[in-house]
Amino acid sequence: MTTQVPLAEGLFTWPAEDPALIGGLASDGSFVFPYRQYKLVGGVREELERVELPRRGTLWTFTTQRFRPPAPPYAGADDAHSFQPFAVGYVELPGALRVEARLTESDPAKLRIGQEMELRIVPFGTDADGNETVLYAFAPVSEEAPHGTE
Amino acid sequence: MAPSDVAIIGVGLHPFGRYPGKSALQMGEDAVIEALGDAGVEWPAVQALYAGSMEVKNPEAIVGLLGLTGVPGRAVFTGCATGATSLAMAANAIRLGDADIAIAIGLDKHQRGAFSDHPSVSGLPDWYGEAGLFLTTHFFGMKINRYMHDHGIPAETLAQVSEKAFANGAKNPNAWRRKPLSADEVLASPVLNYPLTQYMYCGPDEGAAAAVVCRADIAHRYTSQPVYLRASTLRSRREGAFELLSPSLPLATADSVTVDASREAYEQAGIGPEDVDIVQLQDTDAGSEVIHMAENGFCADGEQVALLASGETRIGGRLPINTDGGLLVNGEPVGASGLRQVYELVNQLRGRAGDRQVEGAQVGYAQLYGAPGTAAVTILST
Repeated sequence: MTTQVPLAEGLFTWPAEDPALIGGLASDGSFVFPYRQYKLVGGVREELERVELPRRGTLWTFTTQRFRPPAPPYAGADDAHSFQPFAVGYVELPGALRVEARLTESDPAKLRIGQEMELRIVPFGTDADGNETVLYAFAPVSEEAPHGTE
Repeated sequence: MAPSDVAIIGVGLHPFGRYPGKSALQMGEDAVIEALGDAGVEWPAVQALYAGSMEVKNPEAIVGLLGLTGVPGRAVFTGCATGATSLAMAANAIRLGDADIAIAIGLDKHQRGAFSDHPSVSGLPDWYGEAGLFLTTHFFGMKINRYMHDHGIPAETLAQVSEKAFANGAKNPNAWRRKPLSADEVLASPVLNYPLTQYMYCGPDEGAAAAVVCRADIAHRYTSQPVYLRASTLRSRREGAFELLSPSLPLATADSVTVDASREAYEQAGIGPEDVDIVQLQDTDAGSEVIHMAENGFCADGEQVALLASGETRIGGRLPINTDGGLLVNGEPVGASGLRQVYELVNQLRGRAGDRQVEGAQVGYAQLYGAPGTAAVTILST
């Protein structure tokens, strides 16, 4: 039995029943993602508050990746033959920021700028210890079904 | 027009493409020898050298091929904006009085396929690369997708940009891609990063370019056709600008870095976009050319549809763009690409661009854009 571990520590709350991306909040109200401890705000270095970012947002833009990215640095579990094209986009998280993420839907015909998206933690690859790695992604919220009944 | 204290008196190019067995430095040597011949300057007279390359760590080692004269030689690198930086630094050496004659050189030799590197070179964490997000091409797809959505631009407009580039390439004996392609063929090629297709993208390749500059007041000793440097700017991105390789973006937006570099260049030159006769834009992809038309002040957002459809950006149109085929047909040896733009503009302003000549061109404009969110603009005139 393998354990699911985040691709990198500190990107999202994990393990968690309802995971969220972890951002940083500065005293001027600005957010950063990924979280980092310090930021210059008005010329002064300040420590950022660690905050959970909204789990839902809207798709601001997107594109697709047709070929397997050059490896390294890419570390997906696939190879040139098993690689599945994926989509990547910016999801606007209300009141926070726009975050770049892989999308669970890879068909551009099924994606639409402005559509509602929600955070998912999805399997990604395998780490050096044989554990399954997981990564954040955003999934379209079903537009037919009411919220929470997908 | 603002006065100029620096003139370009000679340019040289090693055509971009694939040259197995020939090194980037050897291509640089060819470009420099052509530029020196064009300027009527002998190598020992060059008093400062600035060389840019992505793949060659010490491109100033070109002195080993040209002759060990003791000339101060320095490497410069600002990503895709490198060509503009080497030219600007050569010009600054003239202005500072360090040299009366200086040379800017770009040379590179990339492997096939998308650029690949470790995310740390751009200050990004390892996981960003592991996750398959460290790809500049994602940005190009995402920026034009949003831009098309906001300004009602159809995919046909992007295809028309590529069609124009390949038509210009067919007229350019130095071009890497010389076969014309129709807009339909461009649209029918595989989608690499939605909505961008294969023929809407440039590819990394190999090549070199060089420009010899001198004090403007002595330019006529060397040529009857000096081309004057009127503006040279480079800017890094501001908070809120939508630029390459950003794991997140703030909600409050700012103008693209190209807008900043462009405005500053027009101020330096004392002209506006309406005064420009011929344009070189960073067309890493067809969408970038569309966006850069507006970001450099040549049209309003959305006007590109009509301009492309009516052929206004072709040679013979009101605003010829990328007359040598741009990056789309020449490819991008990163260190040399900006000086390839300068090579084309100087030849156009001197009236020696052959089948591609823009009649009466007096003012030329060149823009570069690349990682990590850097833009440079150069304005030249007769």
